[in-house]
Amino acid sequence: MSFLEYRVKTAPTGLSKVFAVNWALVLVVTAVAAIGWLMLYSISGGRIEVWAEPQMKRYAVGLVLMFIIAFTPIWFWRSMSGMAYGVSLVLLLVVEFFGTVGMGAQRWIDLGFIRLQPSELMKVTLVMMLANYYDNLDDKKVSHPLWVLVPVALIVAPTILVLMQPNLGTSIMLLMVGAGVMFAAGVSFWYFGGVLALVVGAVVAVFTSRGTPWQLLHDYQYTRIDTFLNPAADPLGAGYNIIQAKIALGSGGWAGKGFMQGTQSRLNFLPEKHTDFIFTTLGEEFGFVGASSLLLLYGLILVFLIVAAVQNRDRFSQLLIIGITVNFFLYLAINLSMVMGMAPVVGVPLPLLSYGGSATLVIMLAFGLVQSAIVHRLR
Amino acid sequence: MKRVNRDTEASARRVSRRSLLLGGGMTAMFAALGARMRYLGVEQADEFRLLAEENRINIRLLPPTRGLIFDRNGKGLGLNEQNYRVVMTREDAGDVEAVLNRLSHVIPLTREDLADALEALKKNSPFVPITVKDRLDWEQFSRVALNAPALPGVTPETGMSRTYPRDTDFAHVLGYVGPVSEKDLEGIENPDPVLRIPKFQIGKIGVEKWMEDTLRGQAGTKRIEVNHIGRVMRELNRIEGTAGSDVHLTIDAGVQNFVQARLGEESAACVIMDVQNGDIIAAVSAPSFDPNLFVRGISSTDFRFLMDHDHRPMANKAVQGAYPPGSTFKMVTALAALEAGVITAETTFKCPGHLDAGGRKFHCWRRGGHGTVNLERSLMESCDVFYYETALKVGIDKIAEMGRSLGLGIRHDLPMSAITEGNMPDKAWKQERHKEEWVIGDTINASIGQGFVLTSPLQLAVMTARIASGRELKPRLVRAIDGREVPLEPAPSLGFATSNLTAVQGGMVAVMNGKAGTARSARVVAEGVQMAGKTGTAQVRNISAAERERGVISNDNLPWNRRDHALFVGYAPADNPRYAVSVVVEHGGGGSTAAAPIARDALLRALYGAVPPLDAYPADQRGRIDSLLSGLRLRGDDGTYPGVSDT
Repeated sequence: MSFLEYRVKTAPTGLSKVFAVNWALVLVVTAVAAIGWLMLYSISGGRIEVWAEPQMKRYAVGLVLMFIIAFTPIWFWRSMSGMAYGVSLVLLLVVEFFGTVGMGAQRWIDLGFIRLQPSELMKVTLVMMLANYYDNLDDKKVSHPLWVLVPVALIVAPTILVLMQPNLGTSIMLLMVGAGVMFAAGVSFWYFGGVLALVVGAVVAVFTSRGTPWQLLHDYQYTRIDTFLNPAADPLGAGYNIIQAKIALGSGGWAGKGFMQGTQSRLNFLPEKHTDFIFTTLGEEFGFVGASSLLLLYGLILVFLIVAAVQNRDRFSQLLIIGITVNFFLYLAINLSMVMGMAPVVGVPLPLLSYGGSATLVIMLAFGLVQSAIVHRLR
Repeated sequence: MKRVNRDTEASARRVSRRSLLLGGGMTAMFAALGARMRYLGVEQADEFRLLAEENRINIRLLPPTRGLIFDRNGKGLGLNEQNYRVVMTREDAGDVEAVLNRLSHVIPLTREDLADALEALKKNSPFVPITVKDRLDWEQFSRVALNAPALPGVTPETGMSRTYPRDTDFAHVLGYVGPVSEKDLEGIENPDPVLRIPKFQIGKIGVEKWMEDTLRGQAGTKRIEVNHIGRVMRELNRIEGTAGSDVHLTIDAGVQNFVQARLGEESAACVIMDVQNGDIIAAVSAPSFDPNLFVRGISSTDFRFLMDHDHRPMANKAVQGAYPPGSTFKMVTALAALEAGVITAETTFKCPGHLDAGGRKFHCWRRGGHGTVNLERSLMESCDVFYYETALKVGIDKIAEMGRSLGLGIRHDLPMSAITEGNMPDKAWKQERHKEEWVIGDTINASIGQGFVLTSPLQLAVMTARIASGRELKPRLVRAIDGREVPLEPAPSLGFATSNLTAVQGGMVAVMNGKAGTARSARVVAEGVQMAGKTGTAQVRNISAAERERGVISNDNLPWNRRDHALFVGYAPADNPRYAVSVVVEHGGGGSTAAAPIARDALLRALYGAVPPLDAYPADQRGRIDSLLSGLRLRGDDGTYPGVSDT
């Protein structure tokens, strides 16, 4: 019998749960989503029905879902985590074999009302699984090699499936989210240092071997890496998106060109402007001020999340919240570095802003879990 | 599994610690993102703003309207006409093939037209208008407009294209325009960007080419906003260009037309020049061609016909043909000797029919000889031996000098293509060109305009005008640009003694009007318009001694291209010169019979300003002349042929 269940009686019940919800977090999340609707309205040329309205509906559904999850006891979700992980893994296998081919990669299961991306779902269920694992693991065994291998296997299995789709962005996120939970759970620094050293060593080896007799990769593979790392070398192909994105962001200047005045987005120079590259329109139309404001709101969300994790005394809840925090952070950090030309283009949406069903719903679902942990925490 | 409260608290603290560590890392990343945003949006903002504008704004050139070309009286020679065409855009058409098919029932479209249009429509972006058919007439054009509802995506449009209403009359003078080629661009330093507009038309030869800068004008620009695939969203602003300048030529379209008709299908050329100011009144080369064919894109059959024609219709013989001047050169030799003082108007030579010099025998055209000949008679009867003797006295260098001061061996700068320099040989020239010593025989040949001497009809007209006026007249083709007269400098005197000029002029009068004048049959009898002139017959083959023994074969019995060139130069009125003329009829035979009558008709046409009246001609010729003149197919004032509808 865990500590949490022992103190169940202190958790709020019934209507009092409503007061236990972190409303400030709900408010900030809604504010960010509202910025997204505004941008979608602008990008579609002032037509609400194209993108803004469907996105608002999804958010509403997400919000309801969030509250349902939030009002359900966290220990119920903990007991579900193994099954959730298992279902996600099965769904990943299903898309691998029966998925609809979209955007050149098999990523969806068409459920009729929504195109479900199991890889998005996996980002949350993996966190649940790992949090549950560490909740049940004796604290002294956390850094034991055998008990490190288990979570590594839990992370690597879905990562490989996602990589096969192929979806590099999500694979990286799964790896890092998993690593984040392990780190928070207290796995020894040595493991992380070791992996980091191995990765750096491998990268150095691959690049230093170039042009030598013991070259590790084929020449064409190096060429691919080159264009991946430096898209500017191919301004009409791989580099086009990123160059246009930088032009949009930069040309916004201090205060932007004004709402619905962005030439880059209105004249369609921006690619994927309603999905992955939505931030560029914000930068173009509202400038540095607008973009920084959004960054600030995101920062606020992360602060709320980390505070919630630190305040919580339940191991599962803590690890769940921190995993979701890392997940949310990775979404925006990868997306923003990508659109600002600091990282190669990998398909990662900007959370709460980018147009799209799966990501929005999964993020709201994750926030539901966070709120459930907050509502049902020890007091 | 049970856990102790204390342990739980400790592990929770550890998780919290680690969470805060992660939070720290996130903060660092946020700082990096913020810095990057500042770099892009604040520090680099100006550069990116410029790039965004470059993305958005395209500058398109607006082709300028080409200047028009008129004759001296304002008759249109090179004009711009409304050109009707049908364009089609894929995105508005929907079913492209069905619409094209319907269109082919409205206007005639060949299978080729349809295939080309279909290919272009498929290849280009859906919003790019494709020209389906060009050069429609008004009726077809309005039919398309009427059927517009059944033809989605099809728009009738108007444009400008060059047209030459007096087609064949001015083909050689005006030339024609055509689309800019790579070769054209190579020859131009810093080409005007307007030349890069697809299918932009520039002058290819003639006045159209040499006055290109004047005629072209300045391109305007419009700034347009485009989207990522180049679709025009809106026009931001527009700066209109300036149309090209109109050019008024010195040529009289009526005279030009008359002479062109008079030359007919002969391979011939004629230049008429104003003796008072050097204006070129007519510069005709025959046969001619229709320059409109080239503007529209000439068919290979037509082009082959023009290239293979043995009369070379494409050549502008008036300025680019270099012919031996024959006896028309004799005035040069005479004037050189008179000015040098080696002969006077009264000096006589004996003509036994030949002259022995330098170990060779040089024949006079009259085998029996002319007897004792003075200057006037030598010109009137075109005695060759007189000039052999004169040339031996004065020497080639003096003759060449005189030739050049009369405008021979010089390239006269007119805005026309392939103007020849001709050749006015002297000792230095032969040494330079042939690495040979000049010999006496060369001088004798040159004295009667044979041998190395080559002249163009233009040069001969200049020579005649200078002899008639005694002034250094320069030919002029452009009278005014945009209505502003091209300033005319008064021609300076050549500085010849009046008595010498009068002596030569008297000889030329005798050629036409003397009892034994070689061109007496081409004289003018009307008071005050009598002509002075000189015939010439230039050999194009060498007559060997053996041939001479057997008897020279008459021209009529030779194949066309071995016959002599017929030449004539003259001016009128003889006592108050107004116009000078030169005529060359390639392989026409004798100058007096083939060239002089044409020159007379041309001069009279210019003097009368209309088809000459019959009473200007000797009474016995009037019947023949009447039928000749009334048989000419002449244009009306508007440039069209009367009685023929212009279709």
